[in-house]
Amino acid sequence: MLETIGAKSISDLHASIPEPLRLSRPLDLPPALDEIALLAELRRLAARNDTRHPPFAGAGAYPHHVPPAVDQLLLRGEFFTAYTPYQPEVSQGTLQALFEWQTFICLLTSLEVANASMYDGASAAAEAALLAGRVTGRRKVVVSAAVHPEYRKVLATYLRSTDDAIITVPFGPDGRTDLDALARAVDGDTACVLVGYPNFLGVVDALPEAAALARKAGALTIAVTAEAVALGLLAPPGALGADVAVGSAQSFGNPLTFGGPAPGFFAAREAHLRQLPGRIAGETVDRHGRRGFVLTLSTREQHIRREKATSNICTNAGLCALAATIHLSLLGRRGLDQLARLNHARLQLLRDALGRAGFAPVFSGPVFNEQAFDVGDAEAAVAKLARRGIVAGAPLARWYPDRPWAKGALLCCATELHSPELIELFARALRD
Amino acid sequence: MANPTGWKPTMNPGVDAPKAPEAAGAPAPTGLGGATRGLVHEEKLVFEQGSPGRCGVSLPRPERGLDPALPAALLRGDGLAGLPELSELEVVRHFTHLSTWNHGIDTGFYPLGSCTMKYNPKSSEAVARLPGFADLHPLAPAELCQGALELMYGLERALSEIAGMDATTLTPAAGAQGELCGLMLIRAYHTARGNPRKKVLIPDTAHGTNPATSALNGYAVVQLASGPDGRLHPEAVAAAMDEDVAAIMITNPNTLGVFERHVAEIAEIVHAKGGLVYGDGANMNALLGVARPGDMGFDVMQYNLHKTFATPHGGGGPGSGPVAVKKVLEPFLPLPVVVKDGTEYRLVTDPAERPATIGKLREFWGNFAMFVRAWALVREWGPEGARATGELAVLNASYLRARLREAYHLPYETESLHEVVFDDRNQKAAGVVTMDVAKRLIDHGFHPPTIYFPLVVQGALMIEPTETESKETLDAFAEAMLAIAEEARRDPDALHAAPVRPFRARLDETRAARRPVLRWRPG
Repeated sequence: MLETIGAKSISDLHASIPEPLRLSRPLDLPPALDEIALLAELRRLAARNDTRHPPFAGAGAYPHHVPPAVDQLLLRGEFFTAYTPYQPEVSQGTLQALFEWQTFICLLTSLEVANASMYDGASAAAEAALLAGRVTGRRKVVVSAAVHPEYRKVLATYLRSTDDAIITVPFGPDGRTDLDALARAVDGDTACVLVGYPNFLGVVDALPEAAALARKAGALTIAVTAEAVALGLLAPPGALGADVAVGSAQSFGNPLTFGGPAPGFFAAREAHLRQLPGRIAGETVDRHGRRGFVLTLSTREQHIRREKATSNICTNAGLCALAATIHLSLLGRRGLDQLARLNHARLQLLRDALGRAGFAPVFSGPVFNEQAFDVGDAEAAVAKLARRGIVAGAPLARWYPDRPWAKGALLCCATELHSPELIELFARALRD
Repeated sequence: MANPTGWKPTMNPGVDAPKAPEAAGAPAPTGLGGATRGLVHEEKLVFEQGSPGRCGVSLPRPERGLDPALPAALLRGDGLAGLPELSELEVVRHFTHLSTWNHGIDTGFYPLGSCTMKYNPKSSEAVARLPGFADLHPLAPAELCQGALELMYGLERALSEIAGMDATTLTPAAGAQGELCGLMLIRAYHTARGNPRKKVLIPDTAHGTNPATSALNGYAVVQLASGPDGRLHPEAVAAAMDEDVAAIMITNPNTLGVFERHVAEIAEIVHAKGGLVYGDGANMNALLGVARPGDMGFDVMQYNLHKTFATPHGGGGPGSGPVAVKKVLEPFLPLPVVVKDGTEYRLVTDPAERPATIGKLREFWGNFAMFVRAWALVREWGPEGARATGELAVLNASYLRARLREAYHLPYETESLHEVVFDDRNQKAAGVVTMDVAKRLIDHGFHPPTIYFPLVVQGALMIEPTETESKETLDAFAEAMLAIAEEARRDPDALHAAPVRPFRARLDETRAARRPVLRWRPG
């Protein structure tokens, strides 16, 4: 090869790098491992994580059963070793699957259009606020304090370099957004209102009322959903007045993996199509008239519009969206209904078991599969259960430190992975 | 010397490279990359299949009915109409059929320039699926996740060392979010000094994400023209540089595969006026173990783990875009960061510990499953493997450049590193353009290179073979490219019909954009 190139040695090939800019020593990295040693080392690290019980923490990352078919299909190299489908003739598999993902998201949210996925729910929420700013030309973002705190932090980071103001509206003792405070906050300068659905406290928030207030002021309503299984049971956000629905579809087909990656979803009304961020798959025909799919409407995107693009996003969470699409296909109409009802049932079992152990809910509003309980000292409870290898939940004082209820409030979820026996064991461990 | 196998185990091209077709026009009966028509299934949308009552999962019955506290108005009224009803086997066949319509690295050569499509080691996939990683909740107490934190701590330090920087954040979800993070750090740095400044300098060879990211950060973009050698010259930078410029964004090697050899001088010019130097690490593959951005004057750069560290791209992500910085930017890094107290690791998530932080960029801690894969490859490489990666990537690209330069025009004669950019000037007289060449490559069984990018080259064909390809694969690809050049001379019209082998012929992208159909609708 060197002879064909006309070079004497392999180091000649880097001759265009001036000598003073080259590294004259080996990198200071740990020594190379063969595959056997590599697997042993990574197993050692994995074994230092205790995952023997499904966690009772949700708070934006939910433990769910992933049917083996999902991962075995994901491991088809044609899917996971492909790039963004720039050449549609050899990427029809990815493209059709993304078209199916977009359809699933539209069906779950009752909105007209969806993109091919986002990095996560948090950046999807931030991009939704940016979309609302472009659509309305307004600079005020109103967000419920019950929207996931991590999402709100990311929103603040994304809006840092703009002049947009973020107004946070409190929630009441029922864990729902305070509608009087919301009515006072929303005005003619408001671009959008963000409401959790269900919200971070597990409560099914007052989305229709919030959307009505927003619409009256000419602002968009953005529904934020971290637990997408809830959309199998709850009325779809689009039917309750939301103009944009964003969130995470991690619960479908994607394991927890310490919080990432997971597919963010982004759905909107057709009127806002040209303002959507990210990739979109669309249907077309080939030169023989046969149905096929391509990435489309790319004039919104960075590789065409550069500094005028709707977003700088390119790589998103395609394979995670594929995992969700496969899982949703397996579940289908009956399976998703059953899964959602099962999650809701397990939360009721958890509430009963914790009630018998003396722990009452903190908020009175209706919930889906997650609820905050007053356990006296939530951090102490987490530490105590950690000694038994159980992730007990999310202590709400970490995000709401000054509230009178905060110290005792432990946010717990229950899913199909929490059997009635495990729930009993958990309640006893928390009490003892 | 020949690239033995790439750093990872041998990549078998599947068939012996057939000879180029003797006769004019007709493509070889088997594509030079081994493509045949094979057995391909037509497949409806998942929503158009199945039968009422079917279901592909096995779940227990709910032990309780609906909680009466849930208001009826907040329940779904549509019975999930439109969702499919399929058995597990139907779903498995559906997605298996779809997969066969895709070209992946596992299928064959994928020389997509700037995207660095190298082999994704199966060992990395296996370890990412260990239950200790896959089932780990992000809010697990520190004593239950020491292994994950140790891994992140090790990866942060390795990435700092490879880039020649002082600290690294793993948080950004993809390269473009890494860029966003980098510019936010720069903005925070200047703001802390009293003035965020107004402009960012970007060469005309840059990726589209660079100007898009600058705009998202509220910076005006000043485009700099590259010189006739494809390089950015200090004079161009000096002329544009003033105290309103927050930073310059440089990709090195740039998107022509050319090393920006004046980078140190450019960095001095920018630093002298108080600006910072941002490195787009998209092409870090070329420099691994050979040179380090931190030693050339860069203050901050993002990685794309799927490019440099072979995490699978998955047809559009997930990516992971860690950002490495010099000491001056460390206080502004997003949260969390991993620290080691004695022998225990913990995450810093409280801004009270890092008051200057730009905040959070994504929920939780980043795309951890990609960290596991990248760390596995770093451990498999060791220092000598990292360097071999940088060297073999350049060897392979230089070899293709040498084999193809007679038939295809090189818009820049400047020596290139890990990728090479040709254009369609030699073919244009016969009416054959880059798109035709790209589509005919598909008939031969190869994924086309990146086309029509960088924008400074009309009709660009940007080829990046990566280090993991064997000489046999490169030769087969070169033969296909030469056969296409020959076909362009003898039978240009045939090329406009390409591709003819895949399951779908050339697709009508204009129609897709004019009459958008973006989802299936019931009924």
